[in-house]
Amino acid sequence: MTRTETGPPPAVAPATAVEPGPRGEPPAWARLARRLVEANVAVVTVLALFTALVIGAILITATTPSVLHAWSQVGSAPGHAFYVTGATIGDAYGAIFTGSVISPSALGHAISTGRGWTGAFNPISETLVKAAPLILAGLGVALGFSTGVFNIGAQGQLIAGAIAALYVGFAVHLPIGIHLPLVVLGGAAGGAVAGFIPGILKARTGAHEVIVTIMLNYVFLDLLTYLLTSRPFQQPGQSNAISRTMPATARLPHLFGSTLRANLGFVIALAAALAVAWFARRSTLGFSFRVIGANQRAGRTAGMDVRRVTVLVLVISGALAGLAGTVTLSGTDFFLSTGYGGNIGFDAITVALLGRNRPLGVVLGSLLFAALDVGGASMQVATGIPIDLSSVIQATIVFCIATPMLVRELYRLREAGGGSIQLFMKGWSS
Amino acid sequence: MSSSPIALSPAALGAPDRRLVSLGRVRGMGVFLVLLGVITLFGLSLSIPPSEHAQFLLTAPPAVSVPPLSMPVRWVNVPLAVLCAALGALLIARGRRRGTYLIFGAGTVAFLWAFLAWAARGGTLNFEQLLAETLVETTPLVFGSLSGVMCERSGVINIAIEGQFLAGAFLGAMIGSATGNLWLGALAGGFAGGLFGALLAFLSLRYGADQIIVGILIDAFCLGLTNFLLAQVLTPDQTTLNSPSTFSPVAIPLLSKIPIVGPVLFDQNVFVYLAAVLLVVVNVALFSTRWGLRVRAVGEHPKAAETVGIHVLAVRYRNVILGGVIAGLGGASFTIGSVGQFSSDMSSGLGYVALAAMIFGRWRPLGALGAALLFGFSVSLQSFLAVLNVGIPSPFLAMAPYVITIAVVSGLVGRVRPPGADGVPYRRD
Repeated sequence: MTRTETGPPPAVAPATAVEPGPRGEPPAWARLARRLVEANVAVVTVLALFTALVIGAILITATTPSVLHAWSQVGSAPGHAFYVTGATIGDAYGAIFTGSVISPSALGHAISTGRGWTGAFNPISETLVKAAPLILAGLGVALGFSTGVFNIGAQGQLIAGAIAALYVGFAVHLPIGIHLPLVVLGGAAGGAVAGFIPGILKARTGAHEVIVTIMLNYVFLDLLTYLLTSRPFQQPGQSNAISRTMPATARLPHLFGSTLRANLGFVIALAAALAVAWFARRSTLGFSFRVIGANQRAGRTAGMDVRRVTVLVLVISGALAGLAGTVTLSGTDFFLSTGYGGNIGFDAITVALLGRNRPLGVVLGSLLFAALDVGGASMQVATGIPIDLSSVIQATIVFCIATPMLVRELYRLREAGGGSIQLFMKGWSS
Repeated sequence: MSSSPIALSPAALGAPDRRLVSLGRVRGMGVFLVLLGVITLFGLSLSIPPSEHAQFLLTAPPAVSVPPLSMPVRWVNVPLAVLCAALGALLIARGRRRGTYLIFGAGTVAFLWAFLAWAARGGTLNFEQLLAETLVETTPLVFGSLSGVMCERSGVINIAIEGQFLAGAFLGAMIGSATGNLWLGALAGGFAGGLFGALLAFLSLRYGADQIIVGILIDAFCLGLTNFLLAQVLTPDQTTLNSPSTFSPVAIPLLSKIPIVGPVLFDQNVFVYLAAVLLVVVNVALFSTRWGLRVRAVGEHPKAAETVGIHVLAVRYRNVILGGVIAGLGGASFTIGSVGQFSSDMSSGLGYVALAAMIFGRWRPLGALGAALLFGFSVSLQSFLAVLNVGIPSPFLAMAPYVITIAVVSGLVGRVRPPGADGVPYRRD
């Protein structure tokens, strides 16, 4: 759960006391300057990104042979060592940016010749493709966290959703206007069923959802392996573990023409973020979720059914993860194979933390993670530095976000006016 | 645990006596056993022609000191089925009394024996090897869950076990390979785990960061870091940096000569012995020494501990770092204990399984051992059944350990009570 701790009122140091403005407040520029040296969300996030890039740079420097070679001859050519280090780090981070957002040279080329727009916008399109499932699964995990329920099972729920979506995809023949919504609903339902299992077990028997969801990840992975080699899921005429493909009527349409892979999945993800935001802030049920997340005992005293909420949270969380599996299946992959979903379910946990369990935060955090993933792949191609650098950078960013006190001390920031912005979860005994 | 005068009983720490299981759960277990008995009788006994035999190989081929055990499946399984059902009925009749788990365990063993005989009908099951495999699968889980016990008994949640496994496996392989000295490799593995234990302690104790979040992040960080270093450093220089040898088995004189259990328990590599020693040491230290009492006091009620002069944060720092070292050693057992080189994500989620084992072992070393053995047994059984070709698709066999864990957690264990201050940051006022 996210709790804003009401810290002591910010002490105004004498040095910061500025001439009062006409209405007794400091002038706008002084307030802005003050905000910039405070440990508020924006400043901490930017510094977290900066710290992570520094750690990444250190790793590159310490492990790249050409850089190490240059440093071994630092006595004879000190300038050269610095140059090689800077160039290597610059190339790597440059490749991450051009590979995930936009490549200035390709854009310039497109503007001057009027052709090649696809190449220029492909990086950002790929980032949107990658972000969509992260947003969906991350929203689910975040909803669980803010209700005090630990859903580590997004990976399994994602697979369950994809299996269900695929089944609706190939077993039913309908026009696209009906078929596609059915596929998406099927995916959500598959994930919801997978989320219902730990929910009902927790409510009925007290089995801890952390254990059950972790175990279910493996169960669904094995179930997928089984389905991929048996009827009716296996691609007919195939001996490999490959599923049938999604028919054209079950595929998400592209957003920006047929060559860019960005598809309706991203729109679905944004819509889901809006829906979750509305649900959590405006609906009665969402209110009881929040109350129980903040203080279970208070919720129970107020007559809320904690068990029912536990089941519902896991069902909704599972449905969102199921949607994540559906948009990758219907948007870009079109068939299932062993180990489907890669690491999305686990990245969803980190993204939820990065986004402080808030829908907008999850969307922005997912975009950042997706950009680092997509750009990391380009970096590996361009410079040979392994893509796993992106995972290290991602984890370091969230480390800093989770420990704002560390960032505050490291960069000598003042305490933010609204109190500290620490993230808190619940222990085992929820 | 109440045998020692200084150990506090759970009741003294404000918890109800948990040795008695609730009536509903006892009845549930009883019904389950009766059902197992019925299944065994009709599915695994009477359906088999009387002439079919199953053979259990009790000693591995080179040293045949014990002849293989040959059983007519039908006539062995019928009494086992009856026994299983009878034990179930006994549980239902007795109600809420001590020894429930013992009776349930006996019934389960009867069922398992019958199941193995059924699975091996018309063939041979290498029973000794099954036990040996179980031990291999269990060892890292014991390290992992002991690490969890060390941390959580002092009030710090350790979800970073998976990351510490990976760090230990990586550095153990690299140092073991680069120096050619496996003992240095093992030390390095423990060091790597301890380092991330220290990070967990530092961020959560010094800065009050949420322990679960930090743990998850350490896992993500270690996965990324070991993959990065594997691709960037180890793989280009595979022969010098990633090809350590492995510890070879050390036979303990006399004990290893005991038929059946001797080779399984007393002819193993150093990590298995280390796990056993740590298990005993942690168990005794935690429940029968002054140190353990202090640790548990800090984990249950830090303020009270502080009042009687225990330095809460010092205890937590020490335990979390020690826990990290133990997990790191467990990680090293993956590389220099069995496979011989580091590969990407080689602990493959076993750190989380160890965490689950610790939770359903109720934060006790011996309970965690039981859970780890159950898991290790079902993993190794699954590979044996795949060979015996029992007609169950192999993905379902692979699923079995996880399904069994879920069933055990929801059927037998239910609501667990963690140490009172587990996961709660401590601040002196």
